[in-house]
Amino acid sequence: MPQTLAEKLLARSNDQGDVHAGRIVQCPVSLVLANDITAPFAIKSFEAMGAIKVFDPEKVVLVCDHFTPNKDIDSAQQVKVVRDFAKRAGIVHFYDGGESGVEHALLPELGLVGPGDVVVGADSHTCTYGGLGAFATGMGSTDVAGAMVLGETWFKVPATIRVEFSGIMPAYLEAKDLILLVIGKIGVAGATYKALEFGGTVIEAMEVEGRMTMANMAIEAGGKAGLFAADAKTLAYARAAGRTDNQEITPDPGAVYERELRFDVSGLSPLVACPHLPENVKPVEAVQNEVVDQVVIGSCTNGRISDLRRAAEVLKGRKAAKGLRLIILPATPRVYKQALREGLLEIFMDAGAVIGPPTCGPCLGGHMGILASGEKVLATTNRNFKGRMGSLDSEVYLAGAGVAAATAVAGHICHPGKI
Amino acid sequence: MKYSGTAHVVGANIDTDAIIPARFLVTTDHEELGRNCFEGLEPGWVKRVHKGDILVAGANFGCGSSREHAPIAILGAGIPVVVAHSFARIFYRNAFNMGLTLLEAGDAVQGIHDGDRLEVDATLGVIRNLTQQTEIICVPVPKFMQDILGKGGLVEYVRERMAKDQRAR
Repeated sequence: MPQTLAEKLLARSNDQGDVHAGRIVQCPVSLVLANDITAPFAIKSFEAMGAIKVFDPEKVVLVCDHFTPNKDIDSAQQVKVVRDFAKRAGIVHFYDGGESGVEHALLPELGLVGPGDVVVGADSHTCTYGGLGAFATGMGSTDVAGAMVLGETWFKVPATIRVEFSGIMPAYLEAKDLILLVIGKIGVAGATYKALEFGGTVIEAMEVEGRMTMANMAIEAGGKAGLFAADAKTLAYARAAGRTDNQEITPDPGAVYERELRFDVSGLSPLVACPHLPENVKPVEAVQNEVVDQVVIGSCTNGRISDLRRAAEVLKGRKAAKGLRLIILPATPRVYKQALREGLLEIFMDAGAVIGPPTCGPCLGGHMGILASGEKVLATTNRNFKGRMGSLDSEVYLAGAGVAAATAVAGHICHPGKI
Repeated sequence: MKYSGTAHVVGANIDTDAIIPARFLVTTDHEELGRNCFEGLEPGWVKRVHKGDILVAGANFGCGSSREHAPIAILGAGIPVVVAHSFARIFYRNAFNMGLTLLEAGDAVQGIHDGDRLEVDATLGVIRNLTQQTEIICVPVPKFMQDILGKGGLVEYVRERMAKDQRAR
């Protein structure tokens, strides 16, 4: 029987050909991930399980990225728990300090995840790796502790919503706009328990970084995974990241989808998700007079080099509006260094930006740009729930890097072509 | 699995930042997390809860992050069971792993009002509203999940698996 990408990836992993939606499968995992917020609980569960060793010290990755560089004593204690465990368990891929970056930007560039992998992570945005043709999904700390011990976990094979994009991609449209388009259409629970599978000519032409931006926000529609075929672009990316034996993986013609959506992107305007849900999506023109106090460019959604380049195109030779705080967080040390080499950091500084270290920081209201009551932010991050980035009386707008940069210059939400 | 208590009703799309904001994620202590349960919805929300009370929610309860702190905060607040229109996926799995019982009641959940006295039989999937003298029949907790709950959560399940693997060697 023809298979969707989700079915195929799960079947490859557990060597059972007949894997179809609805079936519960026990699967070996290629990689298990946790961060400085979720690992302490995973370690607690790991120890309560009576475990001493992880199933493979090369396949358990611990990244300290949420509250780092540590914002207070409690978060420092928490990272210490993770660091000590990593030492004790001989974890090879433990990232802290200057080696660390936002986990879902860091792992792909290090070649730790790639096409055909099955990855579970104690972080909801683990679905990012679907952009590389991996089946990757977020779970809680104890599920992840189980996978750290056993090297396997169970999944209910998800039904799939196929989403096709065609037409001519307008110059100012980004991958972020396409995923916001989908979330706006199906809603924040539109893909609950399901996989989103993306395809069409626009996706075929899209670079891997953009695909990861889209896969990243599958969870914002409730999705279990956001999947892309592994094609020549994926293989080139994986090779450059040092992975060998990468294979193309595509869904079978005739695979059964629960629902199919088609979008023509020609002539579309960039989109903005308005407070307080990612499904409150409007064209940028509809909110262009909204004055904001802060702009944040970064995160596992849009903190990669392609995002910084796009922001720099708009910011070059311009200044952030007076009174507006522009915060730019390159997602990884490598992205940071590349931005330095290309002169992007100088453009940002000349624009009046604060350039911070790679951290999740403000995205989850952790640190490095928390909002006071009554304040508004436009961010390239992924969630705009009430109080997400600070006070319960603050507001978060979500958009791509171009809109973010234009908004910083204008002082109000702005189309990058109208600056 | 039977529960009885007072209903506390919250809305739809309650996210994990509402259940437990990130600033409280610097501990793994259940009671401390419980004290801050729903601080992202309404400061001081948890003060209304008595041990054994029942949370009633709209659609997509628990959407957002994978933080296990969310079901733990609810349990820590003294709430053993959540009845909702529907749940977000990661939260659903986390709740059972942590020993928090969930029941999906669909549209019928709208008939439950704040302060109603409820009796919940999760094995049979029956919710009795003693205040309004109504009964909601919903899908019982799946057998697979009941087994995990029966073992006290996923930790014990993995302990057993490890012991079995050890014996097999």
